Amino acid sequence: MEIPRETLVLMLELMLKIRHFELRVKDLFAAGEIPGFVHLYLGQEAVAAGVCATLNKDDYITSTHRGHGHIIAKGADVKYMMAELYGKATGYNKGKGGSQHIAWPGLGILGANGIVSGGIPIATGAAMSAKLRKSGQVAVAFFGDGASNEGAFHESLNLAAVFDLPVVYVCENNLYGVGTRQTRVRKVENVADRAAAYGMPGQTVDGNDVLAVYRAAREAVDRARAGAGPTLIECQTYRWRTHFEGEPDTYRPPEEVEAWMRREPIAPYRQYLIEQGILSTREAEEIEQHVIVQVNDAVEFARNSPFPAPETALEDLWA
Amino acid sequence: MREISFSQAIVEATAEEMRRDPTVCVWGLDIGPYGGAFGCTRGLYEEFGPERVIDMPISELGYVGMGVGAAATGLRPVVELQFSDWITLPSDTLINQASKMRYMFGGVLSVPMVLRAPVGGYLAAAGQHSNSFESMFAHIPGLKVVLPSTPYDAKGLLKSAIRDNNTVLFFEHKKLYETKGPVPEEEYTIPIGKADIKRPGTDVTIVAYAFMVRKSLAAAEQLAQEGISVEVVDLRTVSPLDEEAILTSVKKTQRLVIVQETWRRCSVGAEVAAIVAEQALDYLDAPVVRVTAKDVPIPFSPVLENYVLPQEADIIAAVRRVLRA
Repeated sequence: MEIPRETLVLMLELMLKIRHFELRVKDLFAAGEIPGFVHLYLGQEAVAAGVCATLNKDDYITSTHRGHGHIIAKGADVKYMMAELYGKATGYNKGKGGSQHIAWPGLGILGANGIVSGGIPIATGAAMSAKLRKSGQVAVAFFGDGASNEGAFHESLNLAAVFDLPVVYVCENNLYGVGTRQTRVRKVENVADRAAAYGMPGQTVDGNDVLAVYRAAREAVDRARAGAGPTLIECQTYRWRTHFEGEPDTYRPPEEVEAWMRREPIAPYRQYLIEQGILSTREAEEIEQHVIVQVNDAVEFARNSPFPAPETALEDLWA
Repeated sequence: MREISFSQAIVEATAEEMRRDPTVCVWGLDIGPYGGAFGCTRGLYEEFGPERVIDMPISELGYVGMGVGAAATGLRPVVELQFSDWITLPSDTLINQASKMRYMFGGVLSVPMVLRAPVGGYLAAAGQHSNSFESMFAHIPGLKVVLPSTPYDAKGLLKSAIRDNNTVLFFEHKKLYETKGPVPEEEYTIPIGKADIKRPGTDVTIVAYAFMVRKSLAAAEQLAQEGISVEVVDLRTVSPLDEEAILTSVKKTQRLVIVQETWRRCSVGAEVAAIVAEQALDYLDAPVVRVTAKDVPIPFSPVLENYVLPQEADIIAAVRRVLRA
């Protein structure tokens, strides 16, 4: 599969943007600047970048509680994301959603979702909508290994298969549903094995290899767009951090965390691009500096933005 | 004026909206060639075909959730649940998704979905096919909840519900489906959130909705023979609630009986009583009386069910009570 140069570079840029955004959010949250809870995407960057690099601007995604990566990869401006995390009026959703509930239909982002599996039927419905409207759009549902044990997952996959819907189900298997290791709560070896039960292709890929993710997603998205139906892709990956920031890591062996952090997705890919002559070291450095500036600007934008007027809490309920 | 049944009114409203707007589509269990368990989609499959009239597997969470996703992306799905009792299965998609998506996302999208579902008892259908869950959903900000009592209201309100840009739960009482009433051939709609005085009167106000409107009208007719003038206010929509219509009638009659088929505790009737207590207590000449189901699951045996659900005699007794006070 030939991957265009700009796509190869884009995937590096997206991964770096997610990485630097999340590192900043980690520190800002620890410093008490960001209220509430945050669930960081650190370590899983290759999944969002590899999948979203195959999508058009008007294709749909649904995301999860750990959604910052998907939203950045789908093209969101980190300024308005950061402002949303700060609860500011300038955020994508006027401070009403926060970290777990960012949506922007103009980029096909139908929402991060605080309910595990909550986005899966919504993506399936968006795919039905695209099919009936003959719009050529594809929907992608991102979710974790935990969501694959929810009824919404099983019902949606059956429905999508029955109606040959243009949807791709992307399971980010990071081994743990909150604090429970997946092998304790699932009998089949791979989440992707479950695809067979619904009559759709299923594939398990290395979720820390952005090229492997891209290839699997490219095939699935093309298939969906051609009207050949849904696909389940399981991306094996790992979150560097605990389920949410501030949670004590009592359930993961430290050597497991260290081993996965050594297998992180960005540095090897950057090295690969340089070795292949796709980027020079300097160009790669410039890309990284560029995203750091964007993230810094986003923090300043968020800090300097006004909080919403309290009475705006009563707006936006009804259409 | 011609008369049609409540279920025919539902079919007509849906068909007219499907002809008017190509983004309107219908899905649910047995709603295709089968025509719907209560006949409310009869003929739609033949006219609009399998692309817009879609038979679903028994996967309420899946296909109601799909309705939410489709509504957020340019369709106006009318989703039918075969029995409203099963609304517990897709409740997350209604309570945590559909009702909140617009608000939580700062108004950047909307979810114009209609969920149609049969409610109610008096059919010896027991605890899992007789429920009326409107109070639970009226509690949720962001959902509209409609319960028509006549074919005329059903048609006009369903057309409004389909055109509404919010999620509307449209509950149809099973005992009403075969009832007939005048429905004009020409186009009309009825605004959501407006009550209707089904019988004007001066001595007592009865606030009711859905099948209880018929029972209240029958009771009012009987009381009229004794010279008691009952005004029957049909809420038609329990969220949003037409507070003005309730208060205007209560201020006129100064006596209030609330009749609802569902349970008493934390219910629509409790809300109506609270509104009157807050805004019109000084007008009341007697304490408010509520006629409701008793707070137990709906039992099977007709003897038990009739004991639990409100009867015409209970309404008459309630009216006499507020008049005696």
